[in-house]
Amino acid sequence: MKNYHYPKIPAAEITPKHLFQARRKFLQTAGGAALAALLPQPLWAAGGFGEIKKSEFNADESLTPLQSVTSYNNFYEFGTGKDDPAARAGSLKTRPWTVSIEGEVKKPVTFDIDQILKMAPLEERIYRLRCVEAWSMVIPWLGFPLAELIKRAEPTGKAKYVEFVSLHDPQQMPGQKSAVLEWPYREGLRLDEAMHPLTLLTVGLYGEVLPPQNGAPVRIVVPWKYGFKSAKSIVAIRFLEQQPTTSWMQAGPREYGFYANVNPEVDHPRWSQAKERRIGEFLKRKTLMFNGYAEQVAPLYAGMDLARYF
Amino acid sequence: MAEVSLNGKALTGIKILAFCLALLPLGKLGVNAYLDNLGANPIEKITHVTGFWTLTLLMVTLAATPLRRLSGWNWPIRLRRMLGLFAFSYGSLHLLAYLVLDQFFDWDAIAQDIAKRPYITVGFPAFLLMVPLAVTSTDQMLRRLGGKNWLRLHRLVYPCAIGGVVHYWWLVKKDLSNPLAFASVLAILLGVRVAYRLGGPLFRRPKPARST
Repeated sequence: MKNYHYPKIPAAEITPKHLFQARRKFLQTAGGAALAALLPQPLWAAGGFGEIKKSEFNADESLTPLQSVTSYNNFYEFGTGKDDPAARAGSLKTRPWTVSIEGEVKKPVTFDIDQILKMAPLEERIYRLRCVEAWSMVIPWLGFPLAELIKRAEPTGKAKYVEFVSLHDPQQMPGQKSAVLEWPYREGLRLDEAMHPLTLLTVGLYGEVLPPQNGAPVRIVVPWKYGFKSAKSIVAIRFLEQQPTTSWMQAGPREYGFYANVNPEVDHPRWSQAKERRIGEFLKRKTLMFNGYAEQVAPLYAGMDLARYF
Repeated sequence: MAEVSLNGKALTGIKILAFCLALLPLGKLGVNAYLDNLGANPIEKITHVTGFWTLTLLMVTLAATPLRRLSGWNWPIRLRRMLGLFAFSYGSLHLLAYLVLDQFFDWDAIAQDIAKRPYITVGFPAFLLMVPLAVTSTDQMLRRLGGKNWLRLHRLVYPCAIGGVVHYWWLVKKDLSNPLAFASVLAILLGVRVAYRLGGPLFRRPKPARST
């Protein structure tokens, strides 16, 4: 694939800003009302979180039902079947929980989960999630930009990459008793990707505390990359000078690259990435460049050959 | 080895039982589809279940001959045609699930899949190999082709089963335990045949009694 170029949009197709915003407002209100009508009262009224900040990042798409979001998961720590995490993640103890900040930082520190929850105002972000297996969801996450945490750790000038390490405890995570992947699960981002305002440090979904099968108590969500980049149940965040080798790169270097940007033009070696099945829909839809977040993130990869850095 | 022949009644009983057992996964799938109980991705579930039973029934079919040779029972052979046709039926449903539910007749995408996705490149012809076997499964076709030709044609079941297992192997993202189980079973079933061909003592064919 060539370098990514912004599509040229004819002037006629550009909605004037005030109309765009009015439409957004309407959709948000309508969506919010519909959601409020659908959900049982306690779920959104007594979600366990205080005030939720308004977010500017919301996909105007209908949400994937909570039931699907919490019952169809890839979380190999609990087994390789899609049903395994929901069935087996009950053994995960999410409190007490700490996340240690290590490596190239001026202030190595270990945060308690309660400190993290109070670190910055929580906001709801409705993001598309695209799995490398060509299915997708739309999920209302709760969290705040990972950049808020990174700023507090003060990475040194040497820090170029961030590595996320998930919990390794076969007692709590029975899937780790088999060596399908190299445990603990490791993922990574370039520092600028990690600092990007879209990269969300996530502690909840659908207004509730993150369920264990979705990566409790704290995970990241990187919406323009395939789902496996969004590390779950994080216990350490390491700042590194060199690009780390992630668990999936180790498992299949030809199939899972470090970047793993959603890209309809670069196929997985064994299947096409051009289309995806939105969970709950019958017909497949076209996969969007960077999962629809090209406007925000394409500059991060300016001049890069995305077929090589897949 | 003593030949154990079943009387007609017992054989009919076994046949009915096998028929019901082979139909069971489809029935379960239907009930679960009706109850909206197929999970968040029902199309994937239907594709996986039908694929699994295609392979399983192919293995069962391939087990008939070794079972007879090792045990001397004759009845497994009498079930083989029916179970083979069930394998073909599940295979057809698997293909239909892919063509209709998964791709919804997107022939471009389908052609590209066959050309470019190794697991489909090998799976699609593996299915096609079952078609002539199903078509020639009737007694009339057996007579028309002649026993020898018919047998030769039906050896296509070997590449078909191997293709099916490779199809599954190449599809799985990481956890190979299920495809590995199928591959092991297939290796045993084919291995027994090879051992028999090479004429190991355990596998020597009992001399047919001639009445002159």
